Amino acid sequence: MNQSFITDAQNTWCMGCGNFAILHAIKDVIVGLIEDGVPRESIVLVAGIGCHGKIADYLNISTFYSLHGRALAVATGIKIANPDLTVICTVGDGDSYAEGLAHLIFAAKRNIDITAIVHNNRVYGLTKGQYTPTSPGTYHGKSIPKGVSDDPPFNPLEILLCSGCGFLARGYTQRQEQLTDLIREAIVHKGFSVVDTLQICASFLDIGDFYNERVYVPAGHNPEDFDAACRIVGEWDYDGDAPIALGTLYRKEMPTYEGRFRVLQKNDVERAKLVEKIMRERR
Amino acid sequence: MADYSVLIGGKAGDGINRAGQVIAKVFTRLGFYCYIYYDYPSLIRGGHNFSVVRIADHPIGGRRDGIDVLLALDATTLKQHRSSARKDAVVLYNADLIHNAEGTAVSLQSIVTEEGGSPVMANTCIIAAFCKSIGIGWDYVEEILRSEVPHEIEKNLRVARRGYAAVDIEKHPSFLVSEEPVGEKILMTGNEGVALGLVAAGLDGYVAYPMSPSTGILHYIAEIAEEAGITVIQPESEIAAMNMTVGMAYGGFRAATGTAGGGFNLMTEGLSLAAMAELPVTVILAQRVGPSTGTPTYTAQADLHYAIHAGNGEFPRFIFAPGDAAQAYECAGHALRLSWKYQVPSIILTDKTLAESTYTVEPSNLPDSIPAQPMNDRNLEGLYERYIDAEDGVSPYAIPGDIGVTIKVNSKTHNPDGISTDTAEGVARCTEKQMRKLPAMRQEISDLRPVIIYGNPDAEICILCWGSNAQLCREVAGHLGIKAVQPLALWPFPAGEVSDAVGDSWMVISVEDNYTGQLAELARNHGIRVDLHIPKYDGRPHTIDGLMELLWGMVA
Ligand SMILES: Cc1ncc(C[n+]2csc(CCOP(=O)(O)OP(=O)(O)O)c2C)c(N)n1
Ligand code: SF4
Ligand SMILES: [Mg+2]
Repeated sequence: MNQSFITDAQNTWCMGCGNFAILHAIKDVIVGLIEDGVPRESIVLVAGIGCHGKIADYLNISTFYSLHGRALAVATGIKIANPDLTVICTVGDGDSYAEGLAHLIFAAKRNIDITAIVHNNRVYGLTKGQYTPTSPGTYHGKSIPKGVSDDPPFNPLEILLCSGCGFLARGYTQRQEQLTDLIREAIVHKGFSVVDTLQICASFLDIGDFYNERVYVPAGHNPEDFDAACRIVGEWDYDGDAPIALGTLYRKEMPTYEGRFRVLQKNDVERAKLVEKIMRERR
Repeated sequence: MADYSVLIGGKAGDGINRAGQVIAKVFTRLGFYCYIYYDYPSLIRGGHNFSVVRIADHPIGGRRDGIDVLLALDATTLKQHRSSARKDAVVLYNADLIHNAEGTAVSLQSIVTEEGGSPVMANTCIIAAFCKSIGIGWDYVEEILRSEVPHEIEKNLRVARRGYAAVDIEKHPSFLVSEEPVGEKILMTGNEGVALGLVAAGLDGYVAYPMSPSTGILHYIAEIAEEAGITVIQPESEIAAMNMTVGMAYGGFRAATGTAGGGFNLMTEGLSLAAMAELPVTVILAQRVGPSTGTPTYTAQADLHYAIHAGNGEFPRFIFAPGDAAQAYECAGHALRLSWKYQVPSIILTDKTLAESTYTVEPSNLPDSIPAQPMNDRNLEGLYERYIDAEDGVSPYAIPGDIGVTIKVNSKTHNPDGISTDTAEGVARCTEKQMRKLPAMRQEISDLRPVIIYGNPDAEICILCWGSNAQLCREVAGHLGIKAVQPLALWPFPAGEVSDAVGDSWMVISVEDNYTGQLAELARNHGIRVDLHIPKYDGRPHTIDGLMELLWGMVA
């Protein structure tokens, strides 16, 4: 491995896959952070399992290529162990909206200072196109040949707002510049942040035209206005035909979870002494 | 030899567990050995709870049949346990709930109400009455209560004084010679032993989801967390607990998690992750009756094979199985230390009997301190690769933030640099690297002298036992003049040491709280002959006498 930010690992994403845009957006943000003085060694990326997870092999920084659905739990442990680290999670929609939904909700509830970038291609990519909780109702896949209309998607952004998520943005892989800005803003935000990224899956859900006709940046939206955020998030239910707002949709500064553990650290000698003291006091 | 059993019983919520502890404290301070077995159903109010406090002038670690003192806070206690009390037993009962019984009546509720106390103080009242009945002076009773009762001590003392005064018969047992504190013995549950062992070995973080009988560890570490500088997290599930623990290890925390079988089911994916990523985690698996939810508050030793094989794929791990609080302390420290030394998972296998029983511990017999494994003890100079090949399979451990290193860990099969691979060569190398740790891990276990022999080492009959049964078997072996063998570490299995310890006994009998004989099978798999298995799978530990009878039946 060299000092460049992309490893020598062979890239196996399909041609036209939106993951490339996310990879480069994250890379650009990291380069920027380092230029601003964040030590390269203090940045950690935790990936789930899926096509998105391969980003751990491709980015030449410290990474934890974790389990399907568990990236946020792993990341929580890392951040608690060392609150000075910048911890970024790249997760899939199957990964974090299905298998590991509880960890996403609890990360938001705790407001731990971690950024989750959801590669929301609205399919299970790596396992070849089964439906996820955000697959459109018109979607067909091998596990549901008749479509998912009897099991329509949920709106993950509404779930996150209900869970106390303090930073919520939506990006799109065909708006890479904006996506880069959103990821940067999310990482800089103190507290839990999510960038739901509408990602083109060239092989199973290539719906760039659909998105291109509907995405917009709401003019004059105040991300600190919770009611306005709820309204915008509710416009499109990840199923029907509606305008799809991109940008920072909600933002609120709150005390972070890991902050309270900073004072705790003790060294081993002190701990051994404490054990002796406890035993003495038990007599 | 002094050997007495005091049973105190009442409803859940009556503070029976605490009462047992106070009684044990009365005698521990005087230099006696105590053992408390606490029996309770899984509910919060009502039901029937009882504690049996055994008091002796020699080391003990189990219950005997026969009750010498019966303290009944309610009628159920008297009904259920009168028959197991000796004819000449001291019986004290709550006269407000029980009428016309044999023994000494004390109106616990009336006294508590008259003194303006809360209902739970009934147990302070009966403890004081009990102390009087065996001739313990008031001053000593007061001293103990002052040190053991955390709240409303003055009110408790008034209640206690009334209980003390309510008894006029004194039956001074011959073993009570003085009321001067002697020695340095302390009381400790198995769960507390595990917790303190981890702390002494340098625990930084503990993450656990509540599940009996492991919950005591969570509570105890949380209680001392601030003073010990330990981060304690109660997450959303055991899945999260294990994955957070793994994340903590990556971040540089010596971290542990604890659960019972059902929660361990949820942890196995993360256990496998720890193994593949070579991140050290320690997990306490406190066994209770299974399968599934089973019987939450009753004991079992049926997860041994599960612990050995849990997680997909093959990987090295350490498994320790302590048998009392002192061993729990020592094993927990070694489990944490060795998991960091070899960057593998370690499992501390306990059972409900061990976890929640209280044992006498002599701190001077405990190892001084179990040195925590230093984090970066290997050279990180030059190009860092997380899984760089090493002769013993153990690569240098760096943590994020270490200058100039990029640390790529991976749940997928990976190359030395941590990047995924699926080439035949890469896949084989990944497994071989991990398995290369095994010889040194085996040696490490041998160095700890992992097998203990109790009783008569030359006896022809040998009991093979593990976990909480070891202390029972130690006593039984002593009484019967036979031998008992306890492996403290079960994986890597110390086959040579167990085989040597069993020697050429002509009959080897395994005593385990399971149906199938899991240690017996493990031993047989390593070429050690086991002739008979004494199963127990009703959630209750053997009594010493019960076990002796069974053994007599087999060998006579
Ligand atoms: C516990 C577990 N269950 C199932 C799988 C198989 N699996 C691998 S990737 C994947 C789905 C990935 O979908 P998503 O998270 O949306 O990621 P994408 O491939 O679309 O980027 C599944 C089910 C697994 N690796 N682990
Ligand atoms: S299957 Fe879809 S998500 Fe996966 S690499 Fe191909 S295009 Fe990308
Ligand atoms: Mg997906």
